[in-house]
Amino acid sequence: MSILINRDTKVICQGITGKAGAFHTAQCIEYGTQIVGGVVPGKAGTRSEHDVPIFDNCHDAIAATGADVAMTFVPAPFAADAAMEAADAGASLVILITEGIPTLDMVRARQYLDTAGTLLVGPNCPGVITPGECKIGIMPGYIHRPKTNGSKTVGIISRSGTLTYEAVWQCSSRDMSQSTCVGIGGDPVKGLNFVELLKMFEEDDDTDGIVMIGEIGGTDEETAADFIRHDITKPVVAFIAGQTAPPGKRMGHAGAIISGREGTAASKIAALREARVTVAESPATIGEEMAKRLS
Amino acid sequence: MKIHEYQARRLLAEAGVPVPPSQVVENVAQVADAYHKIGGAVVVKAQVFAGGRGKAGFVKLCDNADAVRAAAEFMFGNKMVSKQTGPEGITVKKLLIASAVDIESEYYMAVVVDRGKRRPVAMVSREGGVEIEEVAATNPDAIVKQWLDPHLGLLDFQLGKLVRALGLKEKEQIRAAGKVLRGLAEVFCDYDCALAEINPLVLTKDGQIMAIDAKMNFDDSAVFRHPVLKEMFDPTEEDANELRAQEHNLSYIALDGSIGCLVNGAGLAMATMDIIKLHGGEPANFLDVGGSVTTEGAIEAFRIILSDAKVKGVLVNIFGGIAKCDTIAEALIAAAREIGFQIPVVVRLEGTNVERARELLKEAAIPQLIGADDLTDAAQKVCAKVA
Repeated sequence: MSILINRDTKVICQGITGKAGAFHTAQCIEYGTQIVGGVVPGKAGTRSEHDVPIFDNCHDAIAATGADVAMTFVPAPFAADAAMEAADAGASLVILITEGIPTLDMVRARQYLDTAGTLLVGPNCPGVITPGECKIGIMPGYIHRPKTNGSKTVGIISRSGTLTYEAVWQCSSRDMSQSTCVGIGGDPVKGLNFVELLKMFEEDDDTDGIVMIGEIGGTDEETAADFIRHDITKPVVAFIAGQTAPPGKRMGHAGAIISGREGTAASKIAALREARVTVAESPATIGEEMAKRLS
Repeated sequence: MKIHEYQARRLLAEAGVPVPPSQVVENVAQVADAYHKIGGAVVVKAQVFAGGRGKAGFVKLCDNADAVRAAAEFMFGNKMVSKQTGPEGITVKKLLIASAVDIESEYYMAVVVDRGKRRPVAMVSREGGVEIEEVAATNPDAIVKQWLDPHLGLLDFQLGKLVRALGLKEKEQIRAAGKVLRGLAEVFCDYDCALAEINPLVLTKDGQIMAIDAKMNFDDSAVFRHPVLKEMFDPTEEDANELRAQEHNLSYIALDGSIGCLVNGAGLAMATMDIIKLHGGEPANFLDVGGSVTTEGAIEAFRIILSDAKVKGVLVNIFGGIAKCDTIAEALIAAAREIGFQIPVVVRLEGTNVERARELLKEAAIPQLIGADDLTDAAQKVCAKVA
């Protein structure tokens, strides 16, 4: 089992002929993901370099292919609209990789997707992977470890990209497989958040433990801590990046900023510890801490 | 992106918010003429992003031309030093000279993005003129909030609730305050603000409602669609190295420590700073080279890191995913040849093509390069080198 995506997931790629879209579509196909169509306005009837049929819009693409997930590489000024188009066309999940989308565009898009009943992952995220089955996004597939008989399996939720790879790598090197890894993205307004995903992993029979990687900015980790305290029975290991970050500075991610007294690492760590989450002191010991919790 | 107070006043005035008449000057010679246009009692305010202007003596109430001139000479002639500027202080390049008003009472109004509720929130308080965070901490009930529908904006009933919370007595004043809040919300939405704040909004002794000070921050991701904001951008207020990094698609922030960091990914870059601290060192910077870093980009990153005289050692931490380790290794070797490393550079590489990268580094045999087995080892090595 897994959450969100599996071997049966059919994916269309919005922006399949762009540089990033084309490159990562190739990587996803190589990993085994069913990329069944691409959407590029004005290129209907052609095929991508991966021999995937291209459609003018999401409605045609989904009608023709039966896809349920959209992977979006559309440039930032048009990306929120692309996500809404995918939702209107009936996609059940939109995975929005694009970085640099205006926040108010995301405010509107999120409301639109909620109304349409479409789930959103991202934006500004590496995507979602269910190891051995389906990879939708830009993460390096080979570091992940599919579930094997007897292996302990963790679910991973993270606001960061490469720091997620770090955590995955540490788990894989310690013989812990992953059920699903979800990069929720580094933006202030986004789709699925810690709470929704914690709940999905709690309900997923094949997930033994949950790794959550947060960072400075906002109060999502505090909200998650509150939820974990009451509703999560599986072991949770967390790491919060940005303990040494100065206030008022945006640390790369649009959402990684301490505003006044809100969003500090100290507040998040305290809240998580209070919820009996193991918070790794060091980014190098996330896997080790999870191994201890699952032993 | 931030703008100056005088620029925020302009945007508010354009949205129909009453602000006292004012002039902006860039040197002492312009002062007499500017004051002549306003006359009477004025406030002279240094136009800088840093806070603490009042305490530093860079906001002055003056009631004649000589006093205004003296204030301007002081502010242009001295560096402003406050908690936020650091001990070296900052040079003032522009002054705002604004008509002073007799204040009856002060209020607070702002619109910001509420991340948790994923929509803008308009808030007001009767406790204006003070730090709103102080009010939020000590008397949260004094702040009244209404959340904006992203499509419908601030609705009339919401506006009514907020304005009534200010406790104004006269109908005209209530109407005027409503107009101000409407204007503020418009500016927020029209210009993709992250924060639009009027503090204080005042009721003058003669019954006028006016915005006396305003602060605005904009969503960096949305500046592309606002030519007005691009014009307002003031590069002199930004850190030169941060701007230089941006030009090369690098994300760099200077810090106070002695260990330079070069990392791919924002989360990993923050975590690298954290692990340095955990092992007793102090990071000199945040630097995310991004996913598609080129050799030129990496060389530029080294130049920026090494231009900081405090840096005594560098930690390179790369988890190759899309960015391949061998590309980074090649960039490292090129940077070493081009710039020449005078200080130890500890390198931790993991992920895509790491074996090839290790071979390349071994062949290059750059004496200052120190390999590390894992993240902990790397942090310990670099901390030991600079200790």
